[in-house]
Order: sequence, then structure tokens, then C-alpha cells
Amino acid sequence: MSAVLASRGLGDRLTGLFWRRPNLLLLLLISPPLIWLGLVYLGSLAALLVQSFYSIDEFSGVVVPEFTLRTYAELFNPANMDIIIRTLLMSASVTVGCAVLAFPIAYYAARFARGHWKAAFYLGVMLPLWSSYLVKVYAWKLILAKEGIIGWAAGATGTTPILEAVLAIPGIGGNSLSTSFLGTWMVFVYVWLPYMILPMQASLERVPVSMLEASADLGATRGQTFRTVTLPLALPGVIAGSIFTFSLTMGDYIIPQIIGTSARFIGQAVFQLQGTAGNIPLAAAFAVVPILIMLVYLALARRAGAFDAL
Amino acid sequence: MHSERASLGLQIAAIGGLLFLHLPILLIFLYAFTVEERTYQFPPPGLTTEWFAVAWNRADIWPPLYLSLKVAAVSTVLALVLGTLVAGAMARSRFFGREQISLLIILPIALPGVITGMSLRSAFAIMEIPFSVWTIILGHATFCIVIVYNNAVARMRRLSGGLMEASADLGANAFQTFRYVLLPNLGSALLAGCMLAFALSFDEVIVTTFTAGQQSTLPIWMLNELVRPRQRPVTNVVAIVVFAVTFVPILLAYYLTRGGSETAGGGK
Repeated sequence: MSAVLASRGLGDRLTGLFWRRPNLLLLLLISPPLIWLGLVYLGSLAALLVQSFYSIDEFSGVVVPEFTLRTYAELFNPANMDIIIRTLLMSASVTVGCAVLAFPIAYYAARFARGHWKAAFYLGVMLPLWSSYLVKVYAWKLILAKEGIIGWAAGATGTTPILEAVLAIPGIGGNSLSTSFLGTWMVFVYVWLPYMILPMQASLERVPVSMLEASADLGATRGQTFRTVTLPLALPGVIAGSIFTFSLTMGDYIIPQIIGTSARFIGQAVFQLQGTAGNIPLAAAFAVVPILIMLVYLALARRAGAFDAL
Repeated sequence: MHSERASLGLQIAAIGGLLFLHLPILLIFLYAFTVEERTYQFPPPGLTTEWFAVAWNRADIWPPLYLSLKVAAVSTVLALVLGTLVAGAMARSRFFGREQISLLIILPIALPGVITGMSLRSAFAIMEIPFSVWTIILGHATFCIVIVYNNAVARMRRLSGGLMEASADLGANAFQTFRYVLLPNLGSALLAGCMLAFALSFDEVIVTTFTAGQQSTLPIWMLNELVRPRQRPVTNVVAIVVFAVTFVPILLAYYLTRGGSETAGGGK
């Protein structure tokens, strides 16, 4: 085009250049963000890997910058394995809890909500998703405290014995809800629930109504249609949501620190090891564990077709 | 058209689920007015508004607030520039490595925050970089890029390519097309992206604890108060402020992009 019109200056000459060499424009656009992400993010991930192969001198506490697998071997200590297994169990149960709670919301929003209700459901899920994480966790500290609203409601309805029976269950119970695994689990489910609802709703919305009608025409009851048509088609959305709930639970260290027992999770181990303990190599090795688990998880999810639902 | 109604059980479960998502936050508001400052007693034994004045006069709240605002503002600007550039590159062209780049963009929020935080911490340790405002911003801008990118790229895909060709046919050069055609169409999506990025950065705590050193942002201040409470209702007042500062931009972002296929906030 610069061949047709007389050039009016630098802007036009550059435009002509971009026209003749589209890749040059692409390169100009993409280099700054790529350099940033490559240097800052990938560079940091590389630093994490490098540090995890270092070790710490037991006597001086100084990091020894030599390649060793000793730090990784430390992960297999019974105490550290406990942390990893506890974290995995918590992530799995939080994912199940989120899926069960999210389904009716997503199903209703996708199939039945129209007009204003649709917008209300969308905002109703999106606002808690984006609103302050710490504020949400803090709200649960108020709710789960021994003198808080749940204890009060149990007292007012005469269900205190039930609450105490639940808290007496070994393993998940505790002195009060805010110092029990059950409490930690509840807060995790609450905080990550919107991450499950949105992909679930998206995949449910893509279930064609004609298929449901065909199923009904072929004589299926509502229950049969739901089990054999809706659920299988919605499964990728559930898996996509589970990626978030699983990964977010695995890496969180604030919630178990504020609500729960003194037993640690991976995130807490990483934070304490790099901070007060000053053992950056072991902290880095611990941080590699969720990466490996998520890589396996993502590979499985990709097979199940979950990425189309994102 | 398929027109069955939802069963009562489903309606109750769906509405109950929505209430479950919202009621806890309302409690924060209630507890900001309680007269009881040492426990979380429910119902509050009495109501007062004195904590707002107490919070206003607490000298330890203001510096973290300023730091959080500063970090969020700078990170948002950086993310705006980088996110828009990468969206411009990714929207129309197909090139080698495109899939890998889109993975690289979402990785900072796809991986748990503790990994992003620990990675940055390792890099600072290896390169002996001392903690400063910039170490915090470095982390925040990195995970904010994807927010701006998501909003911008969705809008760019929706724009008809013919618009830019028409602009070129009418004699505009690339910069004029950007200024007079692309930017007005992109504006509200970029603004929405910025607001979400600001809200995300203002509230971020997991990555920040690894990159802040001894500095205290408002979320870190709140975290310390949660672990070692002093005047509990004051924490509630600050929680309301944090909630408001994130809530308003999110709502605005929703209204800016509503009606399109790319309504903001679908993915965090």
C-alpha cells in the first residue's frame, strides 16, 4: 500500500515495513512480554529447580551449591511423607466436597436460570471468586470459633451434642471447629467452590437440548437422561474444575495456618523452611512435589478431554 | 424448546449454595460493630461504631495500605502493557510455539501460589537481590499479565478483521489504526482487565509473603492480625476496606464487559 500512496513520515514507512514483513510486527509485539515471562518466571522456576538440588550443611546451616540428591531423599523421611500424604488427602477430599456442592448451582444456572436470574447467578459466583481471599478466610475464623455462630446456632437449636459428637471423631475432630481438620476442609471447600462452579456450568451449558429431547423421545426417564446423557457430557467440566480445587488446595498454606491443627501441609512446610528454618534447598524440593503431581494430574485431565471445557 | 421446571430440591440446593457463598462475608460487616474485642462471641453483646475511628487512628495501618496501593498500581500498569502486547500477537496470527506461549502466560496463576512465590524467592537468593518494593511488584505483575491478556484477547477475537482493513484502505497507517480504531474498541476490555488485575494484586498474600521480606502490605498486616489478634474489630474494619477496594473494581469490570461473550472474571 505504501507503493500506492505517498509516504507521510515514519509512521507510514513503518506501516509499509510491517505490511511487507508481518513477522517483524509479531516479533516486536511479543518480545517484551516473552522476555519478562521468560526471565522473571521461567528463570525463577529454573532457580527453584537448581536450589532443590543443592543441600544445606548440617553444622553451619549454609547452603552448599553442589549437585546432590540428598535433599530430595530427605522428602522421604516419615515426617515429610506424612506432610505430603496429608496434603494429598486434603486436596482430594476438598475436590469431592466442591464437586458435590457445586453441581446443583452449576446445573441450575446452566439449565433453568434465565434473564435476570442468569445474571444474578453469574455475579453470585463471580463476586466470591474474586473477592478478597483473606477476608473470606477471616470470615470463617469468626464462624468456626468456639463462641462463634455455629456454636451459638447449635446451642439455640439444641444440637450441641451432635456438634460435640462430630468434633470427637478422631482424626478430623478437635477442640473446636476452628482447630480441627474438619474446619480446615470446610474453609477450603468454601474458598475454592467458585472455581468448580464456573467450568462445570460452562460444560453443562454446552450439552445440547436436542440430545436431552432425543433421550426423552427414546423413552428415558429424567433420571436416566441425567445419568446417561448429562453427567457424561458434563464430566470434562468437573475434571477441569477439579484441576483448580486440587492445585489450589495443594499449594495453600494460609488456611491451615489460621484454621486447623498444628499438623502441617506442603505449603506450610515450604514457607517455614525458607523463612525461619532458612533451609531453602529443602523448601525448593518440597515445592517441586506439587509441580510433579500437577503435571501427572494435567496429563490425566487432558486424556479425559477436560481442556476443551476450560 | 425444552421447557421443564427445576425440581424443588434442585432449586433449594442451588439457592442454598449461593447463600453459602455470600453469608460468611456479611458476618465480617457485623463483627466490625461488636463491642467485644477479645473473642468472636455471637451474637455480639452490643454494637458500636467506635472501631472505625480507632482503625483510622492506628498508625500501623496506613503504611501497609500505601504500599499495597502502590504495588497494585505499578503492577497493573506493567501487566496492562505486557498483556496487551501479547494479546495483540496472539489474537490473529498462527506461529510456531504459540501453544507453548499461551501455556507460559497462564502458568503463573495455574501453578499454586506457593510455587510462584518459592521460585521467585530462590531466584532472589541465588542472585542476591535484596527485598524491596520491586521484588513484590515483579511477582504481582507476572501473575497479572494473564488477567489483562484474557480480557484483551477475547475482545480482539470478537473484533472483525475487516475493520482494520477498512482503516488501512482509507489511508490510515498502523499507528493511526491503533489509535482510532483498535483502542476505542478495546478500551473497556482493557479497563476491565486493569480493574481485575488491580483487585488481584491488592489482595494477594501467598506470593507476597515470599517476596516482601520485612515489608508489610495490607494483606500481610491482616495475616499477622489473624495469627496474633490485638483489637479484633479493627481487623474487621480493615477487612471491610480490603473487601471494598477489591469489590468495586470487580463489579465495574463486570458491567464494562457485560453482554459480550467474554464477560470479565470467568477465569481467575
